[in-house]
Amino acid sequence: MFRFIVRRLLVTIPMVLVVLTLTWSLIRLAPGNFYSGERALPAGIERNIREKYGLDRPWYVQYGKMIGNTARGDFGTSLRYEGQTVNEILGRTIPVSAAIGIMAYALALVVGVTAGTIAAVRQNSRFDYGSMTFAMLGISMPNFVLGPLLVLLFSLTLYWFPPARWDGVPSRSMVLPVLTLSAIYMAYIARLARAGMLEVLRSDYIRTARAKGLDERHIVIRHAMRGGLLPVLSFSGPALAILVTGTVVVERIFALPGVGNYFINANLNRDEPLVLGIVAFISVVILCFNLLVDVAYGFIDPRVRY
Amino acid sequence: MNEETEVEGTSLWQNAWRRLRRNRLAMFGMIVTGLIVAVSLVGPPIIATATGYTYDYIPSRADLIRSFPPLSAPDGSFSLSHPMGTDSSGRDILARVLLGGRISLMVGIISTLVSLIIGIAYGATAGYMGGHVDDVMMRIVDILYAIPYMMIVIVLLAFFGGQSPLRQLFLLFAALGAVSWLTMARIVRGQVLSLKNREFVLAARAGGVSTSKIILRHLVPNTIGPVIVYATLTVPSVMLQEAFLSFLGLGVQAPLASWGSLANEGIQNIAVFPWQLLFPGVTMAVTLVSLNFLGDGLRDALDPQTRRTS
Repeated sequence: MFRFIVRRLLVTIPMVLVVLTLTWSLIRLAPGNFYSGERALPAGIERNIREKYGLDRPWYVQYGKMIGNTARGDFGTSLRYEGQTVNEILGRTIPVSAAIGIMAYALALVVGVTAGTIAAVRQNSRFDYGSMTFAMLGISMPNFVLGPLLVLLFSLTLYWFPPARWDGVPSRSMVLPVLTLSAIYMAYIARLARAGMLEVLRSDYIRTARAKGLDERHIVIRHAMRGGLLPVLSFSGPALAILVTGTVVVERIFALPGVGNYFINANLNRDEPLVLGIVAFISVVILCFNLLVDVAYGFIDPRVRY
Repeated sequence: MNEETEVEGTSLWQNAWRRLRRNRLAMFGMIVTGLIVAVSLVGPPIIATATGYTYDYIPSRADLIRSFPPLSAPDGSFSLSHPMGTDSSGRDILARVLLGGRISLMVGIISTLVSLIIGIAYGATAGYMGGHVDDVMMRIVDILYAIPYMMIVIVLLAFFGGQSPLRQLFLLFAALGAVSWLTMARIVRGQVLSLKNREFVLAARAGGVSTSKIILRHLVPNTIGPVIVYATLTVPSVMLQEAFLSFLGLGVQAPLASWGSLANEGIQNIAVFPWQLLFPGVTMAVTLVSLNFLGDGLRDALDPQTRRTS
């Protein structure tokens, strides 16, 4: 187990390197530059800028410097938000996105697993069909449609929740973003849980448990869910990667000061240090989370060997 | 049934078609998808000839006076002449939604084709070669799986895009196709692995058929079932990704429009003119639901043993 974790952590490092290298090359290969505007700069000023940001050095020196800085966790200063280091921006925006993301995923897990399990236990019942149709709607409804719909209903008609503001973590302003973000995961998880449970409920060890005379509740919760929810667990890895995109859209809709909003703006402003900083941070988080999922697999499913 | 008089074997496709026909949701999906494709193809020219409205048509003062009263409400809400209302520049939203549909569907289909080509070539090669080649190729896929590719696509589109709408569109095709081939490659590889030791492949090899020809002519056609299913499900997911990107202002650019970029324009006026968002958004949701129902139905029809709903 320990060796497995160490080995996986060692694999994670080159993967972050790959992501960083890709991003950096895209930025470098792209035509134009963050200082190039409509009007050409005077040659002297351009030279000064290039010198200040090290752009006059050969590409391998720049690349080496970028990798070195990233390894030390120092991404430099934002070009757009002058005077703020990338780390300051990350420190300010990550908690917002993380709060929304974690709440949304937790909500999705609770609702999705419950609905999926009930649907599997009562296969072909009205609840099964109803919840699966709902799940299909959830998968197909883009969150930039669902979000505004919720805003129209709960903010602009019923006046329950604010349409676009951020009041910190325990506040009414969280409700709509979390709901919007969690819908698609709820749907995915419900479908995965149902499929996994259906398969497990037909297996031999469940029949044995029934033959022993255990009550159905006990069988479903203690025996079947353990195996039936493995697909949900393995979905949690990629889900986090999609969660990043989802958060970007939700942060846009609800005007939240999260990292996704900053990521898009950083890209549009060609704010290279900020782009690289966010890419590095998020890929590390995602890769570590994938590792966590793999480790959890071993705890839940004793057949898995490292 | 007159099975006694005429014993005719049913092919895989006939069986699948019969199962599909019995699946009401899948048939609903198929019909609605067909309708939306047809309407987006035929609709815009009809609207253009009937009302003179096209996706980039901005009416002049004189047109506004002529067309708004009495057929149309003065604030641009929906009416007989503009069933979905008009946008902030006075353009007919129906015309824009239909033309946006063309782009959205095109992105979905072309990117899926790109992912099909890469995925089949890659998966079939890895599966047929086996051994170390397979190991290395599939390890690369594993690594790519873990990469947060949407971030890289956003960087790509933001830094390389913006020159011309057409170029942006090609970037979209390439980027979305290039990131959605991974699962396709895995599916094709799995199929090829289970097929490559069968007698017909052995016979082909004994007959001196070249490796590339065995892969292309003997193995790939036999993987078609799962590939079709997965491709049908890739189309809506690619369309959704395109819509995300366009919604963020990184995808399709004016004067072209897609459902995502229309929703992005619509959300600016959500408080006053909610239909500017709702019509493109709901059209998109309906299309995606139908495509997903169709894909799910196809999976159940073509692959009845592994009836899973994931």
